[in-house]
Amino acid sequence: MPAPRPSRDVALFATCLGDQLFPGVVEATVTVLERAGCAVRFDPRQTCCGQPAFNSGYWREARQVARHFLDVFERADAVVAPSGSCVAMLHRFPQLFADEPDVAARAAALAHKTFELSSFLVRELGVTDLGARFDARVGWHDACHGLRELGVRDEPRTLLAAVQGLELVELRTRESCCGFGGTFSVKLPEVSTAMLDHKLDEVMEAPIDVLAAIDGSCLMQLHGRLERRGARVRTMHLAEVLASR
Amino acid sequence: MSGHSHRTPDGFAAQAREALGDRTLTQAMRRVTDLFAERRAAALETVPDWQELRQQARAIKLHTLARLDHYLAQFAGAAAKNGAIVHWAEDAAAACRIVGELAQVHRATRLVKSKSMATEEIHLNAALAAAGTEPVETDLGEWIIQLAGEMPSHIIVPAIHKTRQQISELFVDKLGVAPSDEPTVLAAEARERLRQHFAEADMGISGVNFGVAETGTILVLENEGNARMTTTLPKVHVAVMGIEKVIPRFADLEVFLRLLPRSGTGQHLTSYQSLLTGPDVGVPGRAGQGPRELHLVLLDNGRANIAVDETMRETLACIRCGACLNACPVYQSVGGHAYGAVYPGPIGAILTPQLQGMHQAAALPFASSLCGACKDVCPVQIDIPSLLLELRKRAVEGEAPGAAPAKRAAFEALTWKLWAWFVRSPGRYRFAAAMARLGDKLPLVKRLLPPMRAWASSRALPRLAKRPFRAGHKDGGS
Ligand code: SF4
Repeated sequence: MPAPRPSRDVALFATCLGDQLFPGVVEATVTVLERAGCAVRFDPRQTCCGQPAFNSGYWREARQVARHFLDVFERADAVVAPSGSCVAMLHRFPQLFADEPDVAARAAALAHKTFELSSFLVRELGVTDLGARFDARVGWHDACHGLRELGVRDEPRTLLAAVQGLELVELRTRESCCGFGGTFSVKLPEVSTAMLDHKLDEVMEAPIDVLAAIDGSCLMQLHGRLERRGARVRTMHLAEVLASR
Repeated sequence: MSGHSHRTPDGFAAQAREALGDRTLTQAMRRVTDLFAERRAAALETVPDWQELRQQARAIKLHTLARLDHYLAQFAGAAAKNGAIVHWAEDAAAACRIVGELAQVHRATRLVKSKSMATEEIHLNAALAAAGTEPVETDLGEWIIQLAGEMPSHIIVPAIHKTRQQISELFVDKLGVAPSDEPTVLAAEARERLRQHFAEADMGISGVNFGVAETGTILVLENEGNARMTTTLPKVHVAVMGIEKVIPRFADLEVFLRLLPRSGTGQHLTSYQSLLTGPDVGVPGRAGQGPRELHLVLLDNGRANIAVDETMRETLACIRCGACLNACPVYQSVGGHAYGAVYPGPIGAILTPQLQGMHQAAALPFASSLCGACKDVCPVQIDIPSLLLELRKRAVEGEAPGAAPAKRAAFEALTWKLWAWFVRSPGRYRFAAAMARLGDKLPLVKRLLPPMRAWASSRALPRLAKRPFRAGHKDGGS
């Protein structure tokens, strides 16, 4: 294990989904950040970033929630979330507050210091080996918002490469959308499932034990269908893989 | 399958379901969009300065769109000086009327046409058919679609949804030829018939890929040579051009010529590029080349409104390459007809609501998972996800011209209001989560709530954690 670790104060954004549905992922995120030498703080006033309403066209409601987010996190040194999608939402705050330049400016400053977990570890801290061990063949899903809005592609792979016992299997459909898309998944369930199945048709044939990603929302979608299709492939968040020993 | 004129943009959900039920269609869509995406990727590898080219193209387009009046006037002036006759069409009806009158004046009864999305947009064929002079489509794919009485399902590959088998059956049925699913036999049959039409045609109708303001030149790109013939053989050529197709300088074409074919079909260059600068005005040594009359119909049909809307303006930067369709997982899954409009896929989802009005097409901006694949491949870097989001907002807030608050909106709006009220306060958020935990124990709740039902129709429902993460972190530390 590499010895000297930079110390960073990190405000953890659990994300509403992580908080309510996947506390294990958030615990793992804390573990991983602490192993990387960070002092992690969780502000219990936090709720959601506002993305669900924003993506559904309800910007007034999204602004109310986003403002609360700003109030909670604005003073942090660095904010880290186990999600690419929620962090990408921060980068949309200027669009959301286009009519309020002062709020947009505050939001832009906050977005600048808010990071998705894997990019924070690799790009900000320069940490690539967390001393993890995980004996499994892992397929990787490049979650859309992380990939295309934040440019997260190599960071998770760098981290996974350092995990002992882990074999990374690159899927042909690794960059194909899982079909979640927030309310899209329930407003157009058949289309959402068709997109999902396109991906899972490969996943279920692939020599993998685990399908992993940086976003709980994708994993919820992937897991829900894998279970329905009776697959043996498990889904895991990157943080859970990295916290394994 | 029949004419599908019953399909509408707002019928997306049902039309998508219908498409998903057609295995031949979904398999064909996957196969062909995969193929085009692969070809595009291969073609890109030969262009090291791809990203710079995209930036240049975007800059040229945005520059032009911000001064559209100026460049259009320059273009029209230059074209007129070359001897072309310029017409301004405010909307679809005006454009159809202009073309119809031109056919009448020239007593043109045999019309040929090359592929053009602008003429699809204004439903020119139907308008001319009503006057008894329906043009014959001469692009192979368009011709197949015309025979079948359908709408194109892709902006550059109109018959993308049709299998060889289906085309053979269509030819047997409509042309009385012997069945064959050999592409070469089918193509030869088509060529034979089309050649006849070219020989007899007295008017040719085309679209325009680019109109050069400084020279008044138009550029038409294609692969079969049919547009070359359509624009040069008949004595009258009518070109219908969306007003957003204008670019400032002849030299700008170089950028777009490198981007468009590679993005669309994965070709380094289309087989034919016809640059047309005015009609044959009897210049000694050049007489006999090209049509005696060239008419340019400059089509607004909603574009001028988009051009003055600064947030949405970049919609008009589109060069109709089709790359976003091929890259879109929704389009790949359901094909083009589900969009119920002339322009399908991601570009259609932003263009249709603006051209037809939000009151007819509010469903389309929501027909996306916002994955962003379209933005990645767009040769002019149109930020389609951001524009989709903006249109969603306008659909909800009723900001868009002609938008009527949808019926479902009242309940939905209340739901989001409540959501925001709970979520913007930590106390209420905790309370709501606790209530949801109670609800989670009641199977009935899940069966009754429509979103839960929709999710559970194909996927196992997630369970709320017994204790949220915050339950173990009351102190604010970890
Ligand atoms: S939006 Fe971009 S990718 Fe789509 S057709 Fe237009 S130019 Fe091509």
